[in-house]
Amino acid sequence: MRAVNEADPAIETIVRSTDPSFLNIAVSSGRVELGGGVTMAAILAERELAFLHPVARAVGSPALREAATVGGNLFAIRGDFATALLALDATVMFAGGFGQRELSLDEFMSRRERGAALVSAVAFKRPPDAALRFAKVTRIHPEGMSVLSIAVQLPLTSGRVTGARIAYAGMAPMPLRAKAAERALEGRTLDAAGIAPALAVAADGTSPADDAIASAWWRREILPIHLRRLLLGANQA
Amino acid sequence: MKTPIQFRLNGEDVATFADGGANLLDVLRESVGDLSVKGGCWQGTCGSCTVLIDGAPRLSCLTLAESCAGRSIETVAGLRRGPDLHPLQSAFMERFAAQCGYCTPGMLMAAKALLDRNPNPTRQDVVEALAGNICRCTGYEPIIAAVLDAAGGDSRRRA
Repeated sequence: MRAVNEADPAIETIVRSTDPSFLNIAVSSGRVELGGGVTMAAILAERELAFLHPVARAVGSPALREAATVGGNLFAIRGDFATALLALDATVMFAGGFGQRELSLDEFMSRRERGAALVSAVAFKRPPDAALRFAKVTRIHPEGMSVLSIAVQLPLTSGRVTGARIAYAGMAPMPLRAKAAERALEGRTLDAAGIAPALAVAADGTSPADDAIASAWWRREILPIHLRRLLLGANQA
Repeated sequence: MKTPIQFRLNGEDVATFADGGANLLDVLRESVGDLSVKGGCWQGTCGSCTVLIDGAPRLSCLTLAESCAGRSIETVAGLRRGPDLHPLQSAFMERFAAQCGYCTPGMLMAAKALLDRNPNPTRQDVVEALAGNICRCTGYEPIIAAVLDAAGGDSRRRA
């Protein structure tokens, strides 16, 4: 709508997605599926999705959350919700000029600039209680654009991390996974010594920008600090 | 191409024509003639165009007008009942919560959305409800105080 209001000549078609399937929320014990048109407000109204409420609440203002959708967030510069979906290892179902397709969100993100796609739904395995942790660093409270956001999912087996997922917003032109930090965390315990190797490579693969919110230098400096808090906080839960 | 749309505006049926891609803000102001809705940024940043759609706060500048067919829309023009101001309007007046007044329609509608759902908000609830509404001259303190006054019906300040 913003681009339409600004009369962006590149906009030739507006797709008004009114199919009820776009608004579908399906939560079972093992799996969650969210239609591409599900709003942040709808997620906040769904008790079964309490683990996503801190993330949905981080998006915009109350009025914006009534309009901001799951599908739309996958195309946002600082997609806070998309960052959590990356940490949840979500799959994206979308329709393009080539029919219905499915891709991991990770792969979808790396291709998102390459063509138009209508996101019909995202799906992911429901995380164990308290396994998903999210932090948004912002200069203005309660609503401000993120300096950066971090989402982590930390499945533990006998106190050791197996299959960690770490994702950032604000550290690259689009949300991305911190694969070096994920690997460094594999098999480690969530204490200061266990997480040190992951913190050392926290910024690997990132390319933060200098912008009006913060400098790239500042983002690199504060990233390990907030990641450390998030990882150690998960241990206390 | 123009598309016919019908919706309820402040309790009355309205029928109008909207250009393809027109936003609700422009349709309300230019086609329907409700000038109580103010456009600030046209990009969902300032909150001055906030209206209620089926009771929920929405940014009318980011809302496709066609998507409002059959919905119930409330703007600040529908707040007063005859000569009586809405309690929020009275509280804004008493607390000097409007200086230039440009953000006030959006502030009032965001506050109404809060009080309709939560008649007894805390100060933090009010701050969060108004987080998307930017004021550049009155200052937020009188506005927060006014909303708390309207909720309480007196001048008690809640923590």
